[in-house]
Amino acid sequence: MQYTEVMARYGELSTKGKNRRDFIGRLNGNVTKALRQFPALSIKPKRDRLHLVLNGENADAVMNALGKVFGIQTYSPVVRVAIEDFEQVKQVALEMVNEGASEAGMSFKINTRRSDHNYALDTNDINLAVGDFVSEARPDLKVEMKRPDVKVRIEVRRDAFYVSYLTIPGALGLPVGTSGKAMLMLSGGIDSPVAAYLALKRGVAIEMVHFFSPPYTTTNALNKAKELTAKVAAYAGSINFIEVPFTEIQETVKENVPEGYLMTVQRRFMLRLTDKIRAQREGLAIFNGESVGQVASQTLESMAAINDVTATPILRPVATLDKTEIIDIAREIDTFDLSVQPFEDCCTIFAPPQPKTHPNLERARYYESQLAVTELEDRALAGIKVSKIYPEDKFLTQGMTSDQIADLL
Amino acid sequence: MIYFDNSATTKIDDSVLQTYVKVSQSFFGNPSSLHRVGEQANTILQQSRQQIADLMHVLPEEIYFTSGGTEGDNWIIKGTAMEKAPFGKHIITSQIEHPAVINSMKQLERLGFEITYLPVDHAGFVNPKTLAQAIRPDTILVSIMAVNNEIGAIQPIHEIAHVLADYPSIHFHVDAVQAIGKNLDQLLHEPRIDFLTFSGHKFHAPRGIGFVYAKKHRLLQPYMTGGGQEKDMRSGTENTPAIAAMARALRLVKTDEAKKAAAQAAIKKYLVTEISKMPNIRIFSQMNDQFAPHILCFSILGVRGETIVHAFEDKDIYISTTSACSSKKGEESSTLKAMGTPKTIAESAVRVSLDEHNTMAEARDFVAAFHEIYHHFEKLYA
Repeated sequence: MQYTEVMARYGELSTKGKNRRDFIGRLNGNVTKALRQFPALSIKPKRDRLHLVLNGENADAVMNALGKVFGIQTYSPVVRVAIEDFEQVKQVALEMVNEGASEAGMSFKINTRRSDHNYALDTNDINLAVGDFVSEARPDLKVEMKRPDVKVRIEVRRDAFYVSYLTIPGALGLPVGTSGKAMLMLSGGIDSPVAAYLALKRGVAIEMVHFFSPPYTTTNALNKAKELTAKVAAYAGSINFIEVPFTEIQETVKENVPEGYLMTVQRRFMLRLTDKIRAQREGLAIFNGESVGQVASQTLESMAAINDVTATPILRPVATLDKTEIIDIAREIDTFDLSVQPFEDCCTIFAPPQPKTHPNLERARYYESQLAVTELEDRALAGIKVSKIYPEDKFLTQGMTSDQIADLL
Repeated sequence: MIYFDNSATTKIDDSVLQTYVKVSQSFFGNPSSLHRVGEQANTILQQSRQQIADLMHVLPEEIYFTSGGTEGDNWIIKGTAMEKAPFGKHIITSQIEHPAVINSMKQLERLGFEITYLPVDHAGFVNPKTLAQAIRPDTILVSIMAVNNEIGAIQPIHEIAHVLADYPSIHFHVDAVQAIGKNLDQLLHEPRIDFLTFSGHKFHAPRGIGFVYAKKHRLLQPYMTGGGQEKDMRSGTENTPAIAAMARALRLVKTDEAKKAAAQAAIKKYLVTEISKMPNIRIFSQMNDQFAPHILCFSILGVRGETIVHAFEDKDIYISTTSACSSKKGEESSTLKAMGTPKTIAESAVRVSLDEHNTMAEARDFVAAFHEIYHHFEKLYA
């Protein structure tokens, strides 16, 4: 089937009253970003849907990218037929029926809608003419009104017929950016990329905050976090990646804090730093990949002892999911294989053999107060690096730079 | 030296050869190894796959590396046969396919498959209507080449695809070995095509490497079994140096492809015009969009093709009898035979095949040589 357009129907935003224009504008921008690798494509936002005119671009590739844009309920590949060429509409309808109902005994239906009421034939005429044509070519098929195997939709507009039969579920959710901005604490494990995906799904524009501790953590670990960001960026267009040097803080904590509280105090530093970065960058909340009770730092007591450092909303999209449920999503968004690559990250390194699962808040505060907190944090913040990551970016070119690869290929 | 035998093989590109050498020397690891050296090789492998997929506008998981066109054809034909034998044992192909296809079919015939070899018309084209009539309920595969290697006829792939649209379960294989880099993407992007075969050395990559496009979700049995490389579809340690070299060669051949194809068409047009001024000539490759821009097949009636090839060779110009694969066996062209060309005419056919490095100046030298040769053999003309 040679499709000429893809039509996308807006999701929840149809119900958003007067904010509608902002939502559509944002969605349009996000779609443009997600489809920028298709230069010939033209994007036409309408009141309740988006028309993507392919101009020769590959429909499958376009739909593959479109399927990752939040705020789209469903989408359909469409064949546009000039208004003068009704015979061609019959042909296209037949092709679609052939594609969707290849076996004898299956059923089809023709469903016409006219937005141009001046067109010579009315909906019944069109349904009949096209239906007869298909029936004649495919006498092995039944016509079925209630639950046909293939429903060919013909839309008559002033300029052309728009014929389609597939309706593919979109990514749902809200357009990224319509819910404001937040920081996401990205470790490199399985959970935090999933949390990032879920945050994006609700329209939150996230920025990744990643702590790294050279020489204890390798460049591979940093690149892994960046590559995970690239995977998630497929749902956002692009994501800012903020790397925070954490070596000095970890060494200092290790030196001065009793073993049982190493983890709790480190986490308090991380959260406080993230909150400072959030304030600088005008975010409204912090997301992380914590799941209740999964590890020592994620018991409710630990959360309380760590969360103590800020009043900023800390959102935990995977808090109530089981590991297997999180893994299912990770596989779906293609981060799982990457997440399980074994590079030491800043959470596993310096991890005490027996961290407190029920840390005492007062004692955590006390141990921390013995350290030069402000100075340590100022030095860490002075060393942060921000880079913008796009979906197609590659970082884990293990042992090879992208320049080396470009030179070869 | 004037090399006009590019459909037989092309000269490897200098920078492509450099890639081959660099990967062989510096990134020689086995992509399956867990250590850094292996990971580097794996990175090169996956990046090469990505680049080829991008250039072909398909998904990386739809690209499989093979040892070349012959393996690609063998795999898809026999892999389909093994996969789909329970559903049917009838296959449709044409009489003008490359021996890699024809002889795979012959082998399957001996195993109990039924093969329909479609005839072609006098110009060298399969008729989609004949193909439609040949389809049976037990047909599992249609294998038709994109560009005939002997005369350059572009087969009606879209029309065949249109016929096959009504038979979604039939595998549609297209041998596209001669179609790459000739501005024929519109043909190769036909969405009904399930499998495409390509060979590296036809576009300035090394020998012994090629790739197959296999549409996602289309089932095929592997041909080479073993260590499970290429998602278990083509085992054998990946030929990383050749794969990287081929990825580069494909990028190069795809750069300015339309312009380069037009230049080859212009040279071909000039050659056709000049050669057809002589009376005792028969041209098989026409100058229209049903023929590839780079292949010109013609006969000097009465002079054996082999004699003409050697006469040009004496002038340091290299062409071939109709295809390199059969030229040493002294057989007449199978394509011309299928077209109903009389044996004596078919035996006198030669093939000029161009690439983007050939120039108009070379074409003029060729025409001058042609005139000398033409007159030299004049006493042979009846």
